[in-house]
Amino acid sequence: MLTKRIIPCLDIKDGRTVKGINFLDLKDAGDPVALASRYAADLADELVFLDITATVEFRKTLIHIVEDVAREINIPFTVGGGVSSIKDASALLDAGAEKIAINSAAVRNPGLIDDMALEFGSQAVVVAIDSKLMGDEDIVHVRGGRTPTERKTLLWVKEAENRGAGEILLTSMDHDGTKAGFANDLNRKVGSLINIPIIASGGGGEMIHFEDAFLIGKSDAALAASIFHYNEIGITDLKKHLYSKGIPMRLS
Amino acid sequence: MKIAIIRYNAGNVRSVTNALNRFGVEPIVTDSAEILNSCDKVIFPGVGEASTAMKYLRNKGLDEAIRGIRAPFLGICLGLQLMCRHSEENDTTCLDIFPLEVKKFPARDKIPHMGWNNINDLKGPLLQNIALDSHLYFVHSYYAEVSENTVATTNYIEAFSAALQKDNFYAIQSHPEKSGDVGQKILENFLSL
Repeated sequence: MLTKRIIPCLDIKDGRTVKGINFLDLKDAGDPVALASRYAADLADELVFLDITATVEFRKTLIHIVEDVAREINIPFTVGGGVSSIKDASALLDAGAEKIAINSAAVRNPGLIDDMALEFGSQAVVVAIDSKLMGDEDIVHVRGGRTPTERKTLLWVKEAENRGAGEILLTSMDHDGTKAGFANDLNRKVGSLINIPIIASGGGGEMIHFEDAFLIGKSDAALAASIFHYNEIGITDLKKHLYSKGIPMRLS
Repeated sequence: MKIAIIRYNAGNVRSVTNALNRFGVEPIVTDSAEILNSCDKVIFPGVGEASTAMKYLRNKGLDEAIRGIRAPFLGICLGLQLMCRHSEENDTTCLDIFPLEVKKFPARDKIPHMGWNNINDLKGPLLQNIALDSHLYFVHSYYAEVSENTVATTNYIEAFSAALQKDNFYAIQSHPEKSGDVGQKILENFLSL
């Protein structure tokens, strides 16, 4: 049976792993290659690297980190942050990434999703979405979550799927950094609209939050950063707990 | 031992190279038929789309070269699919090493099949000493049917071929180079053939 995935996210700034509280107030959480190795040994199912400053500062993701990580670990990883062309994506795939996450660039130029799906296959295309509740609508934000757009999250996920996205990485900016649980209502709503996997992101602070992300939010994967970076929850311990609750998990 | 990785426009060459380097093996990445034929093992990786990949292989004459290889040969992911007769992905005629149709998963569940899934019905030297129900990492939207060439199966929506073998041609749908210690063991099995 296909297992649910636990995905540590490494937000990269200037070659170091950082985690923001509500995307601001960055703290240093260490060397990304060392962290990646630790997570792989601890049975992380996959990793996500986001060069969180890339869009804002117009920097490209650091290829050499991707190369170093790919040399060290033997589990899959996704890289995103500032990817705005086939050329950017191709360089990261060549460096050893399995999948490329696109966010702001896809909102600016939705055809990039189609182009990437044709060039690399849908399975390599992750559309990352930063969503925030405004009034009673979930609205897509760009530029590291700073800028609201005209797009409604529920319409954008559907469009992304139709254009060839292979996966949705959905970050709830209302939940991110709170450690109060994932956006299960939003994730379940999105899941009922599309037929591609959803990675729940933002709000994971305790084991029960991950349980809820799968059992209530119906997510395919759950992503978190600081609780793993600072060893608040061990990944193997978390997976054993989830398995004991009947959630399919890879344990060896 | 000379190990070749076929260079083309849909290879996850870096990941496979890294996995081989962990065994102390430095592969030769090449699109030369002559060099491929001089190697002890050939690996045919694949991440991408079938029609674009086949077009490239034909333009380079690599389709004929691949069919002629007599050394142990391992197709990975899209590599497995390209080794079949035909793929529904953009209606692509493939290499016809395995007389199989590659189909898109029916939309009864999420597509792509992405993540860790278990393998069963293990046969042959590629899956030797691999525990039943071991998990491997899959990322694909198309699959090869179960057939007499099947040496491992996985279930996702349908039972499909997780691995195939015919003579010197081996193929695996998952990414052993990204499947933790189990994947590493499968690559070791291939290198020991």
